[in-house]
Amino acid sequence: MTNHYIDLKNSDVILIMGSNAAEHHPLAFKWILRAKENGARIIHVDPRYTRTSARCDYHVPIRSGTDIAFLGGMINYIINDQKYFRDYVVNYTNASFLVSPDFSFKDGLFSGYDAEKRKYNKDTWTFQMDANGVPLKDPSLQDPHSVFQHLKRHYARYTLDKVSSITGVSKENLLKVYEEYSATGAPDKAGTECYALGWTHHTSGSQNIRTMAIIQLLLGNMGIAGGGINALRGEPNVQGSTDHCILYGNLPGYLKMPTASLDTLGRYLDKYTPKSNDPQSANYYQNYPSFFVSWLKSLYGDAATPENGFGYSWLPKMDDGKHYSQLHLFEKMYEGRIKGLFAVGTDPAVSSPNSNKTRKALEKLDWLVCSNIFDNETASFWFGPGVDPKQVKTEVFLLPAAATMEKEGSQSNSGRWVQWKYKAATPPGDAISCGDIQIRMMDAVKALYAKEGGPNAESILNLKWDYKDRQGNMDVLKVARQINGHWEADVEVVENGAKKIVKKGGLVPTFGMLKSDGTTSCGNWIMSGSFGADGENKMTRRGKDDPTGLGLYPNWSFAWPVNRRVIYNRASCDINGKPYNPNRKLLEWTGEKWVGDVPDGPWPPMADKEKGKYPFIMKADGVGSIFGPGMVDGPFPEHYEPLEGPLDHNPLSGQLINPAIEIFSGESDQVHNASEKFPYVCTTYSCTEHWCSGALTRWQAWLLEMQPEAYVEIGEALAQELGIFNGSKVRVSSARGKTTCVAMVTKRFTPFTVEGRTVHQVGMPFNYGWLYPEDGGDSANILTTTVGDANTFCPEYKAFMVNITRL
Amino acid sequence: MEKTEYVKLIDTTKCTACRGCQVACKQWNEMPALRTRNLGSYQNPPDLQWNTWTLIRFQEYANKNGDFKWLFRKDGCMHCTEAACIKVCPSGALYHTEFGTVGINQKLCIGCKACVSACPFDVPRFNQETEKVYKCDLCYDRLKDGQQPACVLSCPTGALTIGTKEAMIETAYQRLDQLDGKGVVYGDKFVGGTHVMYILSEDPAVYDKLPVKPRVPASVILWKNLFKPFTLIGMGAVAGMAALHYLIKGPHEVHENKQGGE
Repeated sequence: MTNHYIDLKNSDVILIMGSNAAEHHPLAFKWILRAKENGARIIHVDPRYTRTSARCDYHVPIRSGTDIAFLGGMINYIINDQKYFRDYVVNYTNASFLVSPDFSFKDGLFSGYDAEKRKYNKDTWTFQMDANGVPLKDPSLQDPHSVFQHLKRHYARYTLDKVSSITGVSKENLLKVYEEYSATGAPDKAGTECYALGWTHHTSGSQNIRTMAIIQLLLGNMGIAGGGINALRGEPNVQGSTDHCILYGNLPGYLKMPTASLDTLGRYLDKYTPKSNDPQSANYYQNYPSFFVSWLKSLYGDAATPENGFGYSWLPKMDDGKHYSQLHLFEKMYEGRIKGLFAVGTDPAVSSPNSNKTRKALEKLDWLVCSNIFDNETASFWFGPGVDPKQVKTEVFLLPAAATMEKEGSQSNSGRWVQWKYKAATPPGDAISCGDIQIRMMDAVKALYAKEGGPNAESILNLKWDYKDRQGNMDVLKVARQINGHWEADVEVVENGAKKIVKKGGLVPTFGMLKSDGTTSCGNWIMSGSFGADGENKMTRRGKDDPTGLGLYPNWSFAWPVNRRVIYNRASCDINGKPYNPNRKLLEWTGEKWVGDVPDGPWPPMADKEKGKYPFIMKADGVGSIFGPGMVDGPFPEHYEPLEGPLDHNPLSGQLINPAIEIFSGESDQVHNASEKFPYVCTTYSCTEHWCSGALTRWQAWLLEMQPEAYVEIGEALAQELGIFNGSKVRVSSARGKTTCVAMVTKRFTPFTVEGRTVHQVGMPFNYGWLYPEDGGDSANILTTTVGDANTFCPEYKAFMVNITRL
Repeated sequence: MEKTEYVKLIDTTKCTACRGCQVACKQWNEMPALRTRNLGSYQNPPDLQWNTWTLIRFQEYANKNGDFKWLFRKDGCMHCTEAACIKVCPSGALYHTEFGTVGINQKLCIGCKACVSACPFDVPRFNQETEKVYKCDLCYDRLKDGQQPACVLSCPTGALTIGTKEAMIETAYQRLDQLDGKGVVYGDKFVGGTHVMYILSEDPAVYDKLPVKPRVPASVILWKNLFKPFTLIGMGAVAGMAALHYLIKGPHEVHENKQGGE
């Protein structure tokens, strides 16, 4: 979240799209209800009427996978009806920047497309520069090369008729949402968007979010109380795990994983340290080398020296152009190229797409180590449905792990609040925390390397690995302090204008003090400042004071970065630092300093041409990106159909599917577009009563009692057509597999009219598995496709095609 | 003992049907789950049971304009002031607590099921195995200890609140104002006032299993006034009642489906 959960109460209009907030964020939802009590309008756009819809002002059904069309139509509306916040757009976004004249967009393709590689060369996705290398701008927004005019032309194609025909949303409903939401373009109004996996689980998932980011920038909703783009992240500490690099392309704090061609530290830093020649751009990421070198120091300690590039060469490197997402891992496993797998706290046999392929891939492994609090379908794959245990060579280990309540540590919520929690109970039997499992394992690996050596042994042997207490167990505070960062030498620093000497081993108080010369170490720069220099663990703070009255609670836990509660908060003020909305004053420039939230940097507002800075300090240009060349699939989001959908054409262009996605085309990856065999759009989800794959909750009798078995939700019209009764057993099949479950016939799914014909959509929870309960059905992922978002490879769980037959 | 009447207010306009209350109730009262099946609804168990004292009812409803709503109603004991169950209970198992709520003492329950047929809300449930009746006691043990009932404590949205009767009635009508009158306060106008009240978004007649004008059945009034006094003379009379019950209704029939382990 750019903002935080409590801040939802400050909103005037909340658009919930790509999220079933009430069912999956039941606690957070109270802040949405609080906004409603304060008079806010709450809109839910979703294929299915859910428990969220029930508490919103209204629900608008939309066909799965057409969010960009819906939102593109809103951009068109905002521009045509001049609903945008002009001052904000001109000053705080790149709308006025002039794009290279070589940039173009034709028939669904941006310039630079290589059809063979399914990849763009982005050389033309650039800005025109002046003699000093600063982007050329046209503040009148009239220049035909300006981002604004490109935007206008791009989305002029997203007419009400066109959007309605693609999405299946009536024109009345489209207009109703567009009007209500774009009213937040007024300077004193705030609109926010809550999304979750309903947006990310698509081949254009990242671009779904980008489209909304553009809308938020046009309406001046970024950086303000009650605004922002708010990813509702889950209880499984998703925020914390991404902050600490669960994704293959990241290192802690969203630093980049190096690739083979970046063979020296210098080349690596050169590539990832952004440059700006604009003196008013803070370009805060210019400090990238400090963050990265400090991270290397945390990894290799004293072994990391300036002479050896701080151990950069010991890091494993990704092959250039290769990807290592879960999709790719299972692809390689299926091909027999990966021999061993650690599945820690995860149940991919249920949660990964195309389960038949995933489960088959597990059979190709030599060994599999699972670590979980219960047995699950992954650890027991070798006696799963249709598997002959005698034929499976994989050696499986199941390590009993401690549950979350059985260990101390930090947990990060979606609002980036990193909250410390304590151990509530001792884990049963032999169970120990996952951290302890890793430590014991790494101890053994290090000992083996010390004895026998091996390839790249230095990376193992030089690893700083002193995270144990006197009993030999993981010392979680030692880990947390290392994440915060230490001084690695006695250094003279300036604090509050006064010079002082800090001692080696002391805690670094904030990432602003990290250095690229090896005098600091920091395990994750965004977490630097989670401890005070005096040793205070700020994550344990529980102060309830709320000086702004906006619910920032600055003394409750620690929020990264530097306890800032709303990111880009300087954009809540005009160029002189006066709040756009004096009634929801997040920040104000007094003439000497900012007062309110922790500001996005101390510099004066940008009207001060000498010392002032633009508000979007993490962007190289200092402004919000309406034109976003960082994406692999286009600087403007464009609607493409899901990999597998009901149409044989894209009503907007000649490109049926996202041209930049990777196609997995093995025998187990059949795809049937616009097929009579699989005529119904299907989406998958979880339910309130189960958690993720259900691997933990299906064993809980009270929860299982409420949601006992797999079901498919079917609209009344389709059920009638198919002769299916509520509660009867049905078979749901796709080109990749089939499963049986209970039909839940409901008014909450209604048919769509798409390109002049009726399209039915159904939906299934994925959180069931064959292992337990025995007669509870299996995962809906038996039906899903192996394909991911072009930028992130997040699988397309939310749109594919099925057939349904009565049993 | 000084009597402070408490009312639990169920604001259905804030309920997201997360069913935290349903689980919290089972946890606090140590009630087992039974193995259920999906019968085509989120509502599960399908009805109140001896081991399920509160339940979210899920109801798909389209009004006469065709506007669709998914209604959630937390069902359970309403804790009536004029409580039919107390009136018919021959053994004193059911009683009014100092909070005005209806307590139940299973030790005294003789399993006559008179309360089951008397309750205008169809709340008390009989367990074949223990031959006793079960229902919500609004967490009497917690109330006595100054704690909120488990369901209220678990509610994430503020749909469930509890307070003194006067305060909650006031809160209910204030909320109605906030909803621009688009709602109904339910519970203060019948059976002497219930100690569980609703704010409903629709007319009460719309809701499944919710009586529009609940009242103590006439037979219960007759029973209470004419016959019950004689039955409380002693245990012999209780046994007599059981015999009478046997003569009228016959032996217990097993009509609950016993499924799964408890």
